[in-house]
Amino acid sequence: MAWNKHDYDKIPGTYVFDGKRAHSAYNLNKLLYSFNEDANRKEFDTDPAAYCDKFGVIGDQKTMILTNDFLGMLSAGANIYFMAKMAIPRGVSVQDAGAAMQGITTEEFINNLLEKGRDIDKKVAQREGYWNG
Amino acid sequence: MAKTIGGITTSHIPAVGNAINNNLQQEPYWKRFFDGYGPAHAWIKDNPPDIVIVVYNDHGLNFFLDKVPTFALGCADNYYNADEGWGLPPIPPFRGDAQFSWHLAESLIAQEFDICTCQEMKVDHGFVNPIRILFGDSDNYPFECIPLAVNTVQHPVPSAKRCLALGRALGKAIESYGEDKRILILGTGGMSHQLQGERAGIIDVDFDLECMDQIATNPEWMTQFSNDEIMRIAGTEGIETIMWLVMRGALKDNVNVVHKHYHAPISNTGAGLLVLDNQ
Repeated sequence: MAWNKHDYDKIPGTYVFDGKRAHSAYNLNKLLYSFNEDANRKEFDTDPAAYCDKFGVIGDQKTMILTNDFLGMLSAGANIYFMAKMAIPRGVSVQDAGAAMQGITTEEFINNLLEKGRDIDKKVAQREGYWNG
Repeated sequence: MAKTIGGITTSHIPAVGNAINNNLQQEPYWKRFFDGYGPAHAWIKDNPPDIVIVVYNDHGLNFFLDKVPTFALGCADNYYNADEGWGLPPIPPFRGDAQFSWHLAESLIAQEFDICTCQEMKVDHGFVNPIRILFGDSDNYPFECIPLAVNTVQHPVPSAKRCLALGRALGKAIESYGEDKRILILGTGGMSHQLQGERAGIIDVDFDLECMDQIATNPEWMTQFSNDEIMRIAGTEGIETIMWLVMRGALKDNVNVVHKHYHAPISNTGAGLLVLDNQ
């Protein structure tokens, strides 16, 4: 038995959320999903280790939860949207996570994004029919 | 008979909801993005819909990974927004039209699109933010809403080609409904962005603009790309743009392109607004 290989596995710096990741981190993602409910968030805060045990999150993945290791969670198979339910209330935005994965500051990450939109006025002006302010 | 009066594409990202909540529309970061919605509001005012079908993806509010339907249609009288865990306060429920939804389900499945039907369906920011940015806030919108969720979160996700074909079947389903209803379809999400990995932060303005122009006039163009190719160019979450094709497929081949607006970045994404009149 082996996981299928995919062309997208070769895209650098990219971890496509597929069956392999969804399977290997199922309990972790289930715990993260539970944070949609305020009562669950409070239960977690009361005893995080017991909450991991309840969801069967063990070993390295449990350590990641207990230490707010969001990058570790992502590499272990946490889905970015599920991870955000734990990270954002703890002051870690999706942009913070993206910056950390590149080893740059969030400010640099945001500046890089702004740079990509720097000449949109000119680019839309070269095409037909775009609103341009 | 029901008719599809038009289609609109829009971003649905959480930051849009935050900006509306905090009244940031005229702040420098947001001004150009929000100002570009003016012509869309004007078109909607002149062309009010009876029913709005919102094509979007759920981000872990209604669907957990235990069951991931590729295409899921709301078939309820009401749809509830709820706490997503990270701070957007829930907004009042949306009125549905169960009879119309079940007509769509019957027609789509007869056309061999074997969608999942949902009598309870919480709607997340992917559904809510497009309604808010296009119609403003209300606890009693003057139209019914139908959620149509596409899996773009857990691969395998459907191809651009399949989404366009679903849209064509949806268009036929709408036209075969016996009541006089004016239907507007929203294709939401996109455009280029990648949230995870060392490659996070991708925005490809040229590709986004080409997608907008082609989807407006020649949507078949998008079907040349595999999902792998779209993710390679436009980022893993850029795959959401395939949902625009569901909207586009439901319209005529030749539509009146009323408005085109593109802005980047909004948070991590390129944001594209198309207003297509199908009348």
